[in-house]
Parts: sequence; C-alpha cells; structure tokens
Amino acid sequence: MLGNLSLSSIPYHNPIIMGAVGFSILVGLIIVGTITYYGKWGYLYKEWFCSVDHKRIGVMYIVLAMIMLLRGFADAIMMRAQQAIAVGSNPGYLPPEHFDQIFSAHGTIMIFFVAMPFMIGLLNIAVPLQIGARDVAFPFLNSVSFWTAAISAILIMISLGIGEFSQAGWTGYPPLSELPNDPGTGVDYWIWAIQISGIGSLMTGINFMVTILKLRAPGMTLMKMPVFTWTALCASALIVLSFPMLTVTLALLTMDRYLGMHFFTAGHGGNLMMYTNLFWTWGHPEVYLLMVPAFGVFSEVVPTFSGKRLYGYTSMVWATIAIALLSFVVWLHHFFTMGASANVNAFFGITTMIIAVPTGIKLFNWIFTMFRGRVQFHSAMYWTLGFIIAFTVGGMTGVLLSIPGADYQLHNTELLVAHFHNMLIPGAVFGYFAGYTYWFPKAFGFKLNERWGKRAFWGWMIGFLLAFMPLYALGLMGMPRRMDHYANPAWHPYLVVAFIGAVFILGGVIAQIIQLVVSIRERNENRDLTGDPWNGRTLEWATSSPPPYFNFARLPAVHQLDEFCHMKSAGTAYQPADKFFDIHMPKNTPAGFFIGMLCFAFGFAMIWHIWWLALASVFGVITTVIIRGSEDEPEYVVPASELESSQARRLKQVATVEPTASSCNDDGDDSEGAYTAA
Amino acid sequence: MKQHRFRKLRTLLLLGTTLLLGGCGKQWILLHPAGPIAAHEKNLILTAWWLMVLVALPVFVLTIWFAWHYRASNKKANYQPNWDFSWSVDALIWVLPLVGVAILAFLCWTSTQSLAPYKPIASKKAPVEVDVVAFDWKWLFIYPKQHIATVNQLVIPVGHPINFKLTSDTVMTSFFIPEMGSQIYAMSGMRSRLNLIADKPGTYHGQNMQFSGRGYADMNFKVLAKQDAGFQDWVASVQKSDKKFDMTALAQLQKRTIANPVAHYGSVKPQMFQTILDQYRYSHHDGNRPGA
Repeated sequence: MLGNLSLSSIPYHNPIIMGAVGFSILVGLIIVGTITYYGKWGYLYKEWFCSVDHKRIGVMYIVLAMIMLLRGFADAIMMRAQQAIAVGSNPGYLPPEHFDQIFSAHGTIMIFFVAMPFMIGLLNIAVPLQIGARDVAFPFLNSVSFWTAAISAILIMISLGIGEFSQAGWTGYPPLSELPNDPGTGVDYWIWAIQISGIGSLMTGINFMVTILKLRAPGMTLMKMPVFTWTALCASALIVLSFPMLTVTLALLTMDRYLGMHFFTAGHGGNLMMYTNLFWTWGHPEVYLLMVPAFGVFSEVVPTFSGKRLYGYTSMVWATIAIALLSFVVWLHHFFTMGASANVNAFFGITTMIIAVPTGIKLFNWIFTMFRGRVQFHSAMYWTLGFIIAFTVGGMTGVLLSIPGADYQLHNTELLVAHFHNMLIPGAVFGYFAGYTYWFPKAFGFKLNERWGKRAFWGWMIGFLLAFMPLYALGLMGMPRRMDHYANPAWHPYLVVAFIGAVFILGGVIAQIIQLVVSIRERNENRDLTGDPWNGRTLEWATSSPPPYFNFARLPAVHQLDEFCHMKSAGTAYQPADKFFDIHMPKNTPAGFFIGMLCFAFGFAMIWHIWWLALASVFGVITTVIIRGSEDEPEYVVPASELESSQARRLKQVATVEPTASSCNDDGDDSEGAYTAA
Repeated sequence: MKQHRFRKLRTLLLLGTTLLLGGCGKQWILLHPAGPIAAHEKNLILTAWWLMVLVALPVFVLTIWFAWHYRASNKKANYQPNWDFSWSVDALIWVLPLVGVAILAFLCWTSTQSLAPYKPIASKKAPVEVDVVAFDWKWLFIYPKQHIATVNQLVIPVGHPINFKLTSDTVMTSFFIPEMGSQIYAMSGMRSRLNLIADKPGTYHGQNMQFSGRGYADMNFKVLAKQDAGFQDWVASVQKSDKKFDMTALAQLQKRTIANPVAHYGSVKPQMFQTILDQYRYSHHDGNRPGA
C-alpha cells in the first residue's frame, strides 16, 4: 500500500536533521497560522493559487526562490562551518553521509529552486509589460509551470524528514548515482524533483518564446525590444533547446535505477561518459540561461540610473545571441581530465575562451553607458557595479580554467568552486537582486527601503569576497572540493575566513528580510503614484504600479527603442486615449494548482515505489487537462468602459504628483559627432 | 633585445606572483612543482593570468572612474543622454578582448598539444610502468615489470618518466599528484593514461579529486620519489614480501575501507590489471557490492 515507505524512513535518531525538520515545520506553522489568523486562505487560493496573471505568478516564483534561498543558504553555512572545524583528527559535527547530502542539496536547490524560479519570476513580471502585452501567450500553461516548480521544491524539502537526499552531488554522476552505490531514496528525490520542475521550465521556455515573438505591441520590431526582453528570448530559446536533453538523460538514469537497465552503469555495457556528456550539454546552456537575463537586468538598470541611453544596443543584442549559441559548443570543458585527445580538448578550450569576447563587450557597453551620464547610486546600481567588478574576476578565472593544461591542475579543486560561485553569485544572483529592487515598485506599488538595500548589498559583497577569495588560494594549494574533513592544517585558516564570509552573507540575507519588513511597514511613504519611480525608459513604466490585471488600458504603439522615454519627452506619456475596446482576458482556474498537487503525488509515489498512487496521479493529471481543455469559456470579456475608468483613475493619480523631466531629448542625436567634440 | 626584455618582464611577473601568493610558503603546492609537467602547467597558469589581468585592467579602472566621475552630483561632468555609440570606442572594446583571446587561444592550442596526458615523455632514462586502480576508498599501484604491487603508497625513481595506466574498480575517480602535474579520471571498464615525471627526490601528496562517496576525503596516498639506487632497494625489499596480489587479494581490496593502511605485495598474478578491467567489459559484474 505504501511502497517502501515506513516509519523507519524518518531519521528521528539524527538530532541535526530533526532540528532542521523541526525548524522547517515551525516556520511552516507560523506561515499557516498567520494566514489562518487573518482569514486569508480563500483570498490566497482564489486570487493567487488559481491566478493565471503573469504578474502574480511572477511574484509567487520569486517568493518560492527566496524561501528556497534560505534553505540553500542554510546548507551553505553548514558546509562552511563543517570545513572550518574538521581539520586534522577532528571529524567536525557532520558525518560524511550527511555532509554529502548537504552539498548535493545545496547545488540542486540553488540552481533549480533559487536561480531558476527567481529568473523566471522576473521574466514573468517584466516581459509582458515591456513588450506591451496583456499577459503571456499561454497563461494557464504558465500557472502549471509555476506549480510544477513549487511542488518540486516541496519534494526536496520533504526529503529532509522522510528518507534522505542524494549523496551524489548536484550533477548526479553515475555510477555513484546508480542503485548499487546509492540504494536509498536520495537519488530518486533528486531525479523526480528536477525532472518535474524541468518539464515546467521547458513549458516556461516555450511560453516566453511565443509571447515575445507573437505578442509584442504594434511597431515593436525585434530591434526595438528592450534588452531585458532580448535576454529573456535568448534564455527561453536556451531552455527549449537544452531542457529536453536533461529530461532524456534523467529518464535514462531513471530506467537504470527502476527497471534494471544499463545506460550508465559500470558494467553490462553501460557508459558513464555518456551521462557526463549529456548532462553538460544541458548543464552549460543552463548556467548561461541563468546569467543572460541577469545581464538583461543590468542593461535596464544602468541606462535608467545613468539617465542615458544604453551604449551599443546592437552589439549588446548580438553579444547576447552569440553567448547563447556558443553555450552549446563548450560542454566538454567540464571534463578535460577524462582523457580526450589534445585536439578535442584544445577545441573546447578555445570555444570556451571565445565566449569572453561577447561577454567582455557587454561589460564595456555597461561601462560606456555610464560615460557622460548622471549616475545615481541607487541600490540597484550598487548590485550592478559590484557585479561588474566581481564578475570580471570570475571571468578571468573561467578563461584560466578553459586552458586544458591549466585545468589538468585546477580541476575539482576549491579554485573551481570559487570560480563558478564567482560567476553565479555576481552574474546571476546580484542581477536578480538588482531586478528585484528595480521592479518591486512595479509589482507592489511602493519602493523598497534603500538603506537596508544598501546594507544587504555590502553584506553580500563583502561576504562573497571573504567566502570565495580564500577558495582560490586553497585551489592553488591543491585542496579538492567536497571534503567533509581534511588533514592539512595549512588549509584551515583560509576555511575559517571563508566561514566568516558566509556569516557576512547571512548578514546580507537578514538585511534583505528587514528591508522587506520595513518597506511594507513604510509603504505609504514610498508609494509609486506615477508608475514610473525611476524615470524609466521602457514600456513597463508606462502603466500604473501595480498595473491593472489587463496591464494597459490601451496597448501602446511603439516607434523606437526606449519608447516610453520618448513618449515622456514628447508629452504623450500621460495623454488619455480617446477610444477603448472590449478585451478578452483569461479566467482564473484551479487546474494548474491541481496538476501541481497531482504531480507532487506522482513524484512522491515514484520515489517510494507506491505504484497505485503514481498511476492514479498520472490519470488525475490527464483528466484535469481534459476537463480544463474542454471548458467552453476559459476567457471573459472586459468591457471598454472598465478600461476607460481604469485609465481615468490612473491619470487622476498621476496628476497629483510633479512629473519628472525626461532624459530623452529628441532634438539632437549626439552620438558619434558629439563624441569627438568632447 | 626586445625578446630579452620581455623575458625579464615575465620573470619579474612570475616572481611577483610567487611573492604575492605567500612566497616561500610550501603549502602553495601548485606553485612549487616537483616535475617538468607541473612546472610547465604552473608557468601556463601564471602567464595566462597576467595576460588576462592586462585585458581586464581597463574594466576595473573605467568602472570606478566613470561611476565616480559621472555621479549625478557632479554637475561639472559632461552629460549627453543621447550618446549611445562611437566607432572608436566600439573598435577598442572589440579589439581588446579579441586580441587577448587570440593570444590565449594560441597558448591554449600549443600547450594542450605538449601537455597531452597520454603523450609519452621523452627522456634518456627508461620509463617505469605503473598500473593504477581506484577502489572504495584506496589506490592500488601495480608495477608490472617489477611484479610488485602496493596500496596507498607510490614509490618512483627520480628522473624516470612514469607511464601510468589507470582504471577504477568502483565509481569514477580522479588521480592527482599536484606537485607532479595533470590529473586524469580513472573509470571502470576503461583504461586512461598519464605520463608524469618527478625531477627531485621527496615525499609528495597524491589524492582522489573526484567525489566518490563517503570515504572520499581520506582517499589519498603518499608518493616517495627516490634516486635510482633507493628505488631499486625499495623494489627488492617489497619483492621479499610473501603476500601475493591475486584474485583473493583483489576480493579483499574490493571491500569498502576508509583510510586503508599502506600494504605491499611481493608478487603479482599476471594480467591482474586486465582482469580488473575485464570485470566490467565481458562479465556480468555490475559493481554491485552493497555492504561488501
């Protein structure tokens, strides 16, 4: 009846795990209790869980990412604490099998359940508004994507208290992840969590590709799209092209583990090298699709807070496309030490370092955007400047590792760990935080507290440097990654510094929580009444904050890049439209939520071999899709009068505030000619 | 003349890095190579690093300079909100990374050819063959010519190229002696190769770099590099041991152990390395030894 599940699956004898479980349950109870106390379950369910509104789904994605960031960070600080203690004969406080689960969970959570949902959340909030659309192309699919991601995160959280998590690292290399070497449920949790959320990501990729290609406002040609939308398009294309490879690879590993097949096993003709290749043909595009939208955020933040056009829009777009394409021809650099021939290794080494060219151009484009601007040191700009400096160091170590001869020495050392954190923390996370700060008023109608935002930045930035610069040094001392204890006392001081760095990052995280609380409390002083708090340049600022559920009363017409900036200087930004039309909007539906819950049941059933439940939940998913698909009226009509009154309300509100001067001057183009005049 | 000056500059930079990174500190083992392969790799790392610093320097300088000079409160700074392109700036920002990458690509191609791990090292002294097998969680070294085998201890003669053949009798591992250079994966059912050489006597640290389960952190070994005579004496002393590495001994090693003590086998059944490889190639062995 319950498959492999029994009471003994709960590790109640382990005080550390039980502490973590207890803490998670406590946090959960506080949240549930608060919602119940305020009687908000009905509201939450009807207005959020069942919502197909891209803005609400975006907010839910980011909430998910932030909750999982706390979990992923707890793992990180536990590892840092262990390595700061476990020198010489001291085994530390974590036994190896627990330490191994923690680093596996840390990587999996940070990539799949922090970076991915944060990135997709920002896409959801900003892209439809930036292109002047009412929603994404497939709003219901969007809801399904979100719920698959959310329930996969819950699956991972559950592995804390029921069974165990994978001990094979976030990459799950076989034969270590095969049944003989990891017979518990750990690898199965890992497989099903990323398999289910991966399918959700694939649907998101399709959704945003179609949205960007088909739903742009009239007049917005591809080369008039904001750069963030371009990066969203490239990231979606990367998802669509790469995620099926992950799905297939995991399916093959699943067949090895569940059906006794031998795709990647040690014997019987299985080939672990095949897994390594397949995994990284997905894995490398994956890390780029996490960073590319962050580059998009910086490309919005720098011009806005420099009061100036983005330098080199065209090269920015082509650099993004080049990075996206090149990400598919570099995967072998993850395993130069597998014994491929010199020519093969050199080829992949060179393709890898070529990526430094478009990336370098992007960096210079942001720098020259500040040139002759009026740079405001807003916290979004702090994240950006911190990113530029730190990411350059990460890029340099990346090029270093791309030289096979150097990689033979540095591979799998702590230097590698330092390198990829040096790419993903500034290159993705700082970008997301900049985007969070930048679009928060758009989503909620009030600005985030600046003082706490800057404190958070310093916590993260100093903490990042303290935590990862020592790891570069440790790499040159030959320290391997993933060690639960070590004998060499020379490594110890560096690992203590790294732990202190993690404490600083904890300070940054706490500052972010305080920032959110303070901002909500002081929301009335920081209201964004115009919908344009930063003197923005793109269409998302052309509507109110938060926008009405249909985004725009009249869809804007686009004539050039930075359309809204030009609308402001031409004085047309707040002109009332004379004519309104009835529009169709999708109805909220619980189907996405149900599909998510059924996928959860399916994943859980597969992990514990509860076959009847797995079958039943697959049947349930199919039934839900059919019921939703045969609904006669999935949309409803919003009458023109409602659009009109919405616009009237907005214009009345805008009239109460002093308008900001537009930095767009249509009188003269001071490019090129003006440059020499300086 | 010019080349001479460059060489000086390079020496200076290399010296500079070494000092910067704690100078004589022996713990920076990648900067204290004990063989030509590691020395080449060290120079490669440092050369590439300084080249990149040159290319990246403008990023640091310009970021800080522009952000500060064009701060909103500095009303004296030139402000041109519509300035968004210039051919001269664009030429610079394309050429700088392109030239940097072109030089690095050349360096990458040539160094990858000369550092190919499978390439035998040319030497006047005869190469020594060592067959390496990774177990859970220990290393076995078979000396096929000397008919001896050791566990968790590798003894090699200084100045002789060591010709390693590697495989694994467990999950994927990575064989690495940082002071000698180049790591390589050891995988079951597959034979990889590695050629290294130690050019000074000493004791070095060797370890598994690829996470392989709970005994991974202790999966290391000592490398003793001895002069010819010392090596011969050591071989002779091991050969006296009456322990034999055969199928029974293999079955013993296949049991999972953590921090296995050093062991010596005075004789080795022929073709044992091939036998270990073949387990995964032709038989129905699936590496399944739970609790073994």
